[in-house]
Amino acid sequence: MSETSGPQAAHAVHPAPQGFVRRYLFSTDHKVIAKQYLAIALFWAVVGGLSAFLIRWQLAWPGEPVIGSGLLPEAFWDGDSWLAQSLQYGSIPAEFYNKLFTMHGTIMVFFVAMPLLLGALGNFLIPLMVGARDMAFPRLNMLSVWTLAVASVILLISFFVPGGAAASGWTAYPPLSAVPELSEVNWGQNLWLIAVALEFASFLMGGINFLTTTVNLRAPGLSLFRLPIMVWFQCIAAVLFMLSVGPLIAGAVMLLLDRLAGTSFFIPSGGGEPLLWQHLFWFFGHPEVYVIMIPGMAAALEILPVFSRKPLFGYRLIVYATFAAGFLSFIVWAHHMFQSGMDPRLAMPFSITTILISVPFALMVFAMIATLWGGVIRFPTPMLFALGVLGVFIMGGLSGIFNGSAPADIYIHDTYFVVAHFHYTLFAATFFGGFAAIYYWFPKMFGRMLNDTLGKIHFWWTFIAFNATFLPMHLVGLGGMMRRIANPLNYDFLQPLQPLNVWISISAFVLMLGQLVFVVNFFWSLVAGRRAEANPWQANTLEWSTASPPPHHNFDTIPTVYRGPYEYSPPGVAEDWLPQHRPLVGGPAATA
Amino acid sequence: MQREATHAVAPAVPVPAAKLGMWWFLASEIVTFGGIIVAYLVFRLAHPQWLEEAAHLSVPIATFNTLVLLTSSLTMVLAFAAVDRGDERRVATWLALTVALGLVFVLVKAYEWRHEIAAGRVPGESGFWGFYYGMTGLHALHVLGGVVVNACLLIAALRRRLEPIAHRVEMAGLYWHFVDIVWIFLFPLLYLSTH
Amino acid sequence: MLRWLPESVSTFSGDIDALIRLIYYTVGAWFVLTFAVILIFLVRYRYRPGRRAVYLPGNTLAQSAWVLVPGLVVLLLDIGIDIYGERVWEAVKLHQPPAAVQVRVTGKQFAWEVLYPGPDGRFGTADDRQLNGELHVPVHQVVHVTLGAEDVIHSFFLPHLRLKQDALPGRQLTVWFEATVPGTYPLVCAELCGTGHTGMFGRLIVHTPEDYQAWVKAQWPSS
Repeated sequence: MSETSGPQAAHAVHPAPQGFVRRYLFSTDHKVIAKQYLAIALFWAVVGGLSAFLIRWQLAWPGEPVIGSGLLPEAFWDGDSWLAQSLQYGSIPAEFYNKLFTMHGTIMVFFVAMPLLLGALGNFLIPLMVGARDMAFPRLNMLSVWTLAVASVILLISFFVPGGAAASGWTAYPPLSAVPELSEVNWGQNLWLIAVALEFASFLMGGINFLTTTVNLRAPGLSLFRLPIMVWFQCIAAVLFMLSVGPLIAGAVMLLLDRLAGTSFFIPSGGGEPLLWQHLFWFFGHPEVYVIMIPGMAAALEILPVFSRKPLFGYRLIVYATFAAGFLSFIVWAHHMFQSGMDPRLAMPFSITTILISVPFALMVFAMIATLWGGVIRFPTPMLFALGVLGVFIMGGLSGIFNGSAPADIYIHDTYFVVAHFHYTLFAATFFGGFAAIYYWFPKMFGRMLNDTLGKIHFWWTFIAFNATFLPMHLVGLGGMMRRIANPLNYDFLQPLQPLNVWISISAFVLMLGQLVFVVNFFWSLVAGRRAEANPWQANTLEWSTASPPPHHNFDTIPTVYRGPYEYSPPGVAEDWLPQHRPLVGGPAATA
Repeated sequence: MQREATHAVAPAVPVPAAKLGMWWFLASEIVTFGGIIVAYLVFRLAHPQWLEEAAHLSVPIATFNTLVLLTSSLTMVLAFAAVDRGDERRVATWLALTVALGLVFVLVKAYEWRHEIAAGRVPGESGFWGFYYGMTGLHALHVLGGVVVNACLLIAALRRRLEPIAHRVEMAGLYWHFVDIVWIFLFPLLYLSTH
Repeated sequence: MLRWLPESVSTFSGDIDALIRLIYYTVGAWFVLTFAVILIFLVRYRYRPGRRAVYLPGNTLAQSAWVLVPGLVVLLLDIGIDIYGERVWEAVKLHQPPAAVQVRVTGKQFAWEVLYPGPDGRFGTADDRQLNGELHVPVHQVVHVTLGAEDVIHSFFLPHLRLKQDALPGRQLTVWFEATVPGTYPLVCAELCGTGHTGMFGRLIVHTPEDYQAWVKAQWPSS
């Protein structure tokens, strides 16, 4: 940490390192590290998407051989390759199905959403938005991305060890996860625990960097309430993560000891308590979903003012509301446990805090809507995705009221209604928020524009297919279909829901197919996209005051900040924007 | 430049980045140990029979170890004071003592573990022993980590190369005191609450 | 949307449905309202050349009232839902009417074991009878089910009765219900319990009083 003896040291200009390894692999440049996080996230998104494909295939046509499996010869399926062992002659057995949804959840939450929304966005944007040359601890930053890479490799290996990957759900409830004989998974679950614990360590390091950079390395004049919402939200997310993950790290160690050292923290036959894990998991788990959601919302909150040419409505109110939501997120965890066997008298207090949490989020949504009022709204791709976040998140927030109400949850708990709900919230943050961010900051990151026509096709395709997938899922849940069952046709009372399941699966396939448009656009624009100027969107925040892509040291001179980040269409200025770093000579000072 | 300009000049908080980062790190460590300690307390209250099991532990040995760790915190502070005076030779002496005391603590802990395991009190024996090994093991790993960090600083001091990284002694000290404080919680919770 | 709910056949299932309905109409109204407002804004304030946006940072209390007042309405509705929910929760989970029939149900990988105490009404005696995956109860009688599990966590789920409770190994929990319509209903496991989770189900058979007497007679012919 010697590079951190003071802000002057961090503001010193270092020449960019030469050579491929120092420059792209073991780089300490936050911009390169952000791209590494992005690459990890996109890789895992493909794996997570493939697992989703198999899950939906199985639910629509249980036991049918997966499409394309017939192309492989019979001899292949007789063999003992990994694929032939996992799929029985092309169809998905229940034990593999359990691995699929376990890994789908784990991958999407820990290895896609967090690397994308915190790793890539936070790393790329925080130093640029606060006007710093790099993170406070560049080498710690490199260590954090490489820790995630090691965690990724371990998680990947866990698929191929004897017994296969973990199969006890992404929540890993013991005793199922604690006793190898019960889940028929041995090293897969151990590696899962190690990979997840390493992932936590990676994001703890990242969070320390986010917070220290924001506190210490802000440009002159950049007071806390002139910070862009993205910086605020990344820091709030980092604090939430830091203060919630510790007990689960302890829990993961305890669960690993139960599996390997013969202890019984969570195994009742040895005097343990399975509910302890649920408390530790959800004490982390609920703040964790906000850790993901808040940066996704922040992307939308950054983009809406830019394309409405209006100040963000109620900037401070939004910050305070998010603090309130973050605080409340620590005292709602037991709403995941209403039917778990904990004392039912505890349910109503937790139900009340849970439903109260809708108030700060409602304020945030209303502020977004108020930002649109009276604006001059344009609809390039980033704006469409930002509006997508808004729309999808409203839906997810509203369906959350059902889950948060303890008595309604008696019926809804562990049904597809819950699955639909958390896809409306987390998919909104991860994919709509993530895509909004990528379309918006791609020019800054890579120096080229993404194709807007392809982007619009991608948005409408994604938006329509997403709703076609997850809206009917609420109905399947209301019909009583449980989560994590490999074969709904086993149950007479679920038979009438089967056409809906087929519809959902087909829509999900269409949704996945639509992402090819993005992949094509991404790689084509990377090479052949229109060159981006420094500030293609005429936005106010500091990252747009430097070149696209920024030089190794970010800013030739550290900018001085004169005002808040959302001064669009201010009175007394001819243009409809006023960058944070532009001094205003004469006239009324439009400070915020 | 003008009035609206720079009334708030960063950094707003005059804390060096390394120290700030260390505090964030320790905050996350506090919740980690906090989680396991709270879980232990809840179990302990629900299982009065753990009293008898805790009685097997040797209070004199643990008291000795507590003194060792407290003394090592003192030597760590003295090392930091020597850094302030720019006295590298003294820094090396105090760091060497800190490392040695840390190693003594771990060795005594290892002796205790061996003794308990030889008597059949293995981790799977009961919930109490699970927590005992889990908590003291996690703590001992933290002590070992501190020993490694202090040893690196010691080597730098011996080779007269401490100057540019002298501020790290303070960071290592913060961490070392934290590890000490955790033990101050574990000692009474595991060893002393037997009545 | 709510017609997708399965038939409701217990004394409290109607209350739970009513709560779901209350939330549904409340959030449905918000859904329509917010989306209408968003769409109106997007159309009305779309880009047209020469128009300048309103400068409205929303930092004063008078301005933020546009956000705070709807927020207050959300808070009031929340409190209403909580108060209504409290009553339902009380009736289902906290208050247990005295039992007419007692059974023990134990989850294990991958079946529900149902244990009847027999005519003496006591468990652990010679006339206990265990059934596999079949829970027979009389209509309009309060049934107490004492739940346990042998290995992992299972979840006792009777969709038509709107009853769900996790069954924990090492712990006994009692839930109750009173069925109102005779018939055969699914009894399933709603918590992932291993490879055979998807095959773990049984039946709840709600008998008319006469049928139930006949069933008891057939099970315990000697008494």
